[in-house]
This record gives sequence, C-alpha cells and structure tokens, in this order.
Amino acid sequence: MPAEQQLAGVSDLFVVAAVLLYLAAMIGFALELAFGRSSAEAPAVRARQPVGVGSSGGPVDAAAEPGGGPVAVEPPHWAPKAGWLAMAFGWLGWTANLFAIVTRGLAVDRWPWGNMYEFVVAICFAAVTAFLGTQLRQNVRFLGAFVMVTAALGLGFAVKVLYTAAGPVVPALNSYWVAIHVTAAILASGLFVLGGVSGILYLIRGDGPSRLPSRADLERVAHRAIVFAFPVWTFAVIAGALWADRAWGRYWGWDPKEVWAFITWVAYAAYLHARVTAGWRGRAATIVQLVAFGCLLFNLVGVNMFISGLHSYSGL
Amino acid sequence: MTVDELEKEQQRPAGMGPVGWLRWTWRTLTAMKTALILLFLFALASVPGSLVPQRSVEPDKVAQLFQNNPTLAEWYDRFQLFDVFTSAWFAAIYLLLFTSLIGCVLPRTATYVRELRRRPPAAPRNLSRLPYFSRLDDPLTVEEAARRLRRLRFRVDVGDGWVAAEKGYLRETGNLLFHVSLLGLLVAVGFGSLYGYRGNVLVAEGDGFANTVAAYDRFIPGTQVSAESLEPFSFTLKDFQASYQVEGDKRGQELDYSAFLSVNDSPGSPARDYTLKVNEPLEINGTQTYLIGHGYAPVFKVTDGKGQVAFEGPVPCLIEDKPSLTSGCVVKVPDAQPSQLGFLLRFLPTSDGAGASLFPGALNPQVQLLGAFSGDLGVRSGRPQSVYELAPPEVMRKLTPLVMGTGHAPLAVGGSLELPKGAGKLEFTGAKEWITLQITYDPGRLPALIAAAAAVAGIVCSLTIRRRRVWVRVKDGVAEVGGLTRTEGSAAGFTEEFADIVKVLSAGGKDAR
Ligand code: HEM
Repeated sequence: MPAEQQLAGVSDLFVVAAVLLYLAAMIGFALELAFGRSSAEAPAVRARQPVGVGSSGGPVDAAAEPGGGPVAVEPPHWAPKAGWLAMAFGWLGWTANLFAIVTRGLAVDRWPWGNMYEFVVAICFAAVTAFLGTQLRQNVRFLGAFVMVTAALGLGFAVKVLYTAAGPVVPALNSYWVAIHVTAAILASGLFVLGGVSGILYLIRGDGPSRLPSRADLERVAHRAIVFAFPVWTFAVIAGALWADRAWGRYWGWDPKEVWAFITWVAYAAYLHARVTAGWRGRAATIVQLVAFGCLLFNLVGVNMFISGLHSYSGL
Repeated sequence: MTVDELEKEQQRPAGMGPVGWLRWTWRTLTAMKTALILLFLFALASVPGSLVPQRSVEPDKVAQLFQNNPTLAEWYDRFQLFDVFTSAWFAAIYLLLFTSLIGCVLPRTATYVRELRRRPPAAPRNLSRLPYFSRLDDPLTVEEAARRLRRLRFRVDVGDGWVAAEKGYLRETGNLLFHVSLLGLLVAVGFGSLYGYRGNVLVAEGDGFANTVAAYDRFIPGTQVSAESLEPFSFTLKDFQASYQVEGDKRGQELDYSAFLSVNDSPGSPARDYTLKVNEPLEINGTQTYLIGHGYAPVFKVTDGKGQVAFEGPVPCLIEDKPSLTSGCVVKVPDAQPSQLGFLLRFLPTSDGAGASLFPGALNPQVQLLGAFSGDLGVRSGRPQSVYELAPPEVMRKLTPLVMGTGHAPLAVGGSLELPKGAGKLEFTGAKEWITLQITYDPGRLPALIAAAAAVAGIVCSLTIRRRRVWVRVKDGVAEVGGLTRTEGSAAGFTEEFADIVKVLSAGGKDAR
C-alpha cells in the first residue's frame, strides 16, 4: 500500500510539473507570435500547395494575405529561439503529463481514467498530443500558445476542483470496456479541443491582417482535427453502447450522459454538413463547430456535476 | 456531388400547380440547408430529455414532481416532456430528417451509379490551368502513362494524345453506406422496441425466479410481445457475496460482487451453476439477465398475541444510506391475531451499537426498532400496496402505536423483543441479501450493432478518401500532367500524392513500378 501511495504522490507532482512546463511553453509561443515574423509573411502551411483549390475549398481567405502590409520591421533575433524553446517546453510538459498518467495507473493498478480527475488529465494530454502530432507534419506553431494555455488551465481545473485520491473504482467500471470506450472518448475529445481552440481564434481574429494566423489556416486545422475526431467519437459512442449492453442491460437508455454524447455527435455532424452547404461555410460553420464543442464540454463538466445519472458513479 | 445542383434547382418557379408545389416541397425537404436545420432541431429536441426526469429512466422522480409541483408537472406532461424520446414531436423531427435523408440518398445513389459506369472525363485542353500541374522531362507515351496510372489503381480512359484517370470512388460509397446505415440503425432500434421486452425483479437469497410475466415486479413489453413468447428459464439465488474496501479514504467502497445462481435453461433441463456479476450478464437464447443492485433482507419471525407464528421470512429493505448500506425495513403481519401487526425497522449491517452503521458489509448486523403498530393495515383493501411503506398516511393515523422511537437497544441476530400488552413478539433470526435484476430481450441489438459498425466503416471511408483526377497530355513528345481533387476542404495532402504520381510517370524506361 505505501508504495502505491508514493506512486500516487509522484503522479500528482508530475501533474504540477506539466502545468508549469505548459505555461513556460505558452510564454515562449506567445513571444514568438508577438515578436516573430507575422503569419502573413511566414510561409505557413498553404505555401506547400502550388495553387489554392479555389473551386471547392473552404473559405479561401484572400484578405488574410495582405499584399503590401506593414512588414518593414525586422523581428528581433531571439524570436525564433523563443519558438524553439517553447516547442522543447511543450514536449517536456507532454512527457510530464504522460508520466503523471502512467504513475497514476501503476498506483491504482487499473486504467487511469476511472473518475473525472483522471479523465480530464488524460484529455489535456490528448489535446497536447494532437497539437504536437500535427506540428510534426505541418507547421502549426501559431496555435501553440493557445493550446498550451488550454491544457494548463485544464490540468489546473482538474487539480483544484476535481482532485480525487488514488483508489479503486466501483465494480461496474472494472471492465476491459474502460480501455476501449473511455480511451476513444479521450482521444476524440483531445482532437475536438484542438478544433475548438482554432475555432475560437477564427472568431476572435478579424478578416484583416493580424498577428494571429490566417483564417484559412485556422479553418483547415480545425477541419482536419474534427474530420479525424468524428469517426473516433462515433466509435466511442458505439463502444459505450456495447458496454451499456453488458453492464446495464440495454445498449441505449437516454441516460443524461448518453443524451449529451448524442447531442454532441449530431452537432458535429451538423458542422460537417455546414461545411458543404452553400452560405454556411466559414464563419457559420465555425460557430456550429463551437456549439458542438460547447456540448462536448457540457457533457464532461455539466452532466457530471449537475445532473445525476448512471454515469454519476464515475465520481468527481 | 449534387448538393449544389439541388440547391440551384430549389428556387421556386413562378406560377406552378399542385404538382409543382409538391415537387418544390420535396426539393426543399431534401435540400442540404433543411437537413442542417433538422439536424439542429434533432439535437435541440434532445436537450429536455436530460434536464426533465424521464418516465422510462426515473419513474420515481416523475412521480415526485407530480406530488411537489402538480401544475408544472401537468404542463410538462402536456408537452410530453417526461417521454421526450417517444414523444410525437421528437418523432416528427427524426422522421422528417430521415425522409430528407432518403430523398437525399436516392438521387445521389443514382448519380453515383451513373458515374461509376462512366469513364473519367476527357482531359481539359490546357492542363497548366489546373491547380496541380507538372511538365515531365522524360518522354512518355500515352499507353505507358495509362499503364502506370492503372498500376496506381486509377480508373483510366485513353484518348487521342491524352489519358484521363480518376480514383477515390470509395469516398462516395462510404458516404452513402454511412447514411443508409443510419436508416438501418433506426429500423433496428424500432424493431427491437416492438418485439423486445424489459423487466425488473428483486430476488432474496434462497428464493427463485421463473421467467413469466407474473413473476416480474415491473414488466415493460413491446407492443408485439405476448406472454407466451418469454423464454421459459428459471433460476434460484443460492448465495450473494460482496467485498468492500476495508482501509483508507475509500473505506466501504464496493470492490466486487457476485450472485451465485442455479439455472434451469428450460423447464426439463438439468440445473447448472452460474456466477452473475456486473458486466457479466447471464444469456439464455438471447434473453439477458443483468445484476443491477443489491441490499439486505433481514429475516424476521413474528409471534402474535395468540402465541402463533404469524410471519417468518426475509424482508427486503430499502437502502437509506448507500456508503454504509443502512436500510429501512417494513414488516407487515396481516395474519397476526387478534389484530394485525406492523413494524418499522432500521437495518444496520455493521452496527456501532448506537443506531448507526459503520460499514456496508454485514460484520455486526443489528436491527433497530423504530415503531410497532397494531390495527388494520388495509392490506386487504384491494388498493395497490408498497412493500416499502407500512400504510398510507390516512391508514397510519388509525393504527395503535405499541412502541415508538428508538428507546430499545438494537437487536443482534437471535435477539427478540416482546411487545407491550402481550401483543406479540418480534425475533431477528438472520441477515440475508437481495439482488435486483433486469431481464431484457431485444432482438434489435445485433442488427443495430451491424448497422452502427457499417456506419463507422462508411464514415471513415467518406472522411479519409479523396476523390481525385489526373490527366496526362502528350504533344510532340512532351508530356504534361495535371491534377484536381474534388473533395471539399481536404485538399491538403494531395500535393504529396501528386508529386508521387509525377515521379512514377517520369521514371524513365521499364523500371518504373
Ligand atoms: C440523421 C441525419 C444525418 C446524419 C447524422 C448525417 C451525418 C453525416 C456526416 C457525419 C457526414 C460527413 C461525411 C463527409 O463529410 O463526407 C455527412 C455527409 C453528407 N451528408 Fe449527411 N447526415 C444526415 C442526414 C443527411 C441528409 C438529410 C442529407 C441530405 C439533405 C445529407 C447529405 C449529406 C451529404 C451530401 C454529405 C456529403 C458531404 C461531403 O461530401 O463532404 N445528410 N452526413
């Protein structure tokens, strides 16, 4: 028992370390964004594409690429370094977050997502993973500051509000379905967070030139994240139904958690339709996406805290 | 892709007859914008289902609302807010949505089938105007280009000096499969609710259950279920065991529990043992038995004023405090002479000797008497009775209290208590446990699973596969390659693929793969 408690303590320390490292990364990314070359000048993702696919693509945001904007100021020499340092802090934070999850799992000797605290820690990890993973394939550093602050806030919220001491879960949660259903939900949620952060930036940013990344870039990151997340979320819901069929005697019973998983799913489906509907592309689709993201968050926080249901035993 | 076409057509032509109106209605209903709005409504309509208690999920809470706030409850009821997911307006939304879906899928399937039979469209005259373009250094013949593109699993058409190639048809297949699977899912769920049933029953240790309508405490059949169609199995609960966390913060938390059954699959068949656990239901020919909950059923023996044993057996108690499993019990003895007897008791699994329970396991089971009454309990009045309530308030008022309050020390197993005025004697002879079971039969579950799996497969194809076209023009020994991807928003990634295609096409000689 003491060894396990020690491990649980180590896990808590790693969570704190992850918060600090994410904050450090956030500062680095923010400095780079504020003082580095602005996205209008920097050859961002789209530069890898010879010509925009004007015929059908998302909003090809010509206004975001100012032809002769004020680009005369030479960025300070340390600005790119801040960016690289931020990436390093981001990866370190990611590692600390991973260790926090692994040690927690070893301490409790089960999958470390049995209650809301563990679940939120894992979602933050998934969101950062989604960001860093995307970064490996294309340059999305412009999102770094916002993803990092989201992850730090998420972990802080988990520690301050949701903290649950390491321990066993109720028998119903002792099933291999935890590994399947909850893991899929975490993965999808992490990607949806990436989409949500991009969506919020899209709305904050005007059409004109700005330090913030171009709308087209934000749109594309959000769309790709959601396109990847949606089937995973679909799978998570179905796996949940399969588990409910084993545990509760029906595969679908309109329990509040199920209702909101369904609402979230329909809302993201609406986003995918909005993107191919004339007059809905761009801003309107982004708003739909953020409504869907709101439903996801409400399901995570609101349903667990304010509405009682079969899922309530996941504990706060 | 007929979405845009559909939308263009949708404008209402002037001065049309009833047929025109019908067409217009149909077109509007099947337009993407309508689908989008219906999707929103669908999501929005589900919201009250999570905020207002639902009859099928929490019937007791609905009843409570009717008691506490009848006006509000009646208004809720008028708008079917207690049955959102079976309400007329909810059905209206999803039926419209699915009609729209059919109206959308049918023409798209037709277009798609036509497209599948058609050859890739001929090459545009000027390939350099396409979004993806490259001029090859090495010479290439039309035949060789066609051969290499076929190797890359393109569908290829060859013309005079050009090659047209297209790939990614599976995207549309996936999209159609996905939408059709959603229809299939709806049908499967509907079929299951018509031909399936669900019931709950409480069984105490030592007692049995036979799967007949009468044996259920609550039985919810689909409209097409008859009493004879129930699977004729039976079982006895031999034993129930639960284990709890003993130390630490989570002391008292359930760790595991099991119900040990002796099962007869059909009336004549030999008995077999089965250990029923959470997440491990008992399945007999498609009928599932689930362990839903458990609690205590102390065993009492009541001797009446005439010295005869008027009651003996386990009494299932209602859990009052979940962490300690402190439970409230009601014992009704209508057979007691000269007058009926009733008891209100509290069961303490691990009694601290002062009226509280310290632990959910039965380490020191005791029973605290809260009240004993004599008089007519109204059991034979024909009105429905709750086993957890001694009598309705108006009947309670007429009873004679024999013992009130917790003045007596709790009874341990084997303990007994003489009632005043020689009215009788209560003995606590042992502590058994009860389990609650849910038994369901749902013939729609497998079809629903298949439809859901097909939907996932379809959506993955639809979202990950790109429809793309590549053309090659050879003129005066110079080959040009142009590319176009037809998928909204997911052009990124084609750049790499196009570069690969160009590489394959420009690799000289026969060594190209
Ligand atoms: C139960 C209702 C529906 C759900 C849950 C649903 C879900 C989806 C999803 C998740 C996609 C994304 C796949 C993709 O982007 O390729 C999609 C695509 C599509 N849906 Fe639906 N849909 C529904 C009803 C409809 C209806 C009623 C229509 C016709 C009016 C429709 C037309 C389309 C079209 C045309 C696409 C293809 C978009 C594209 O090519 O990217 N859907 N649907």
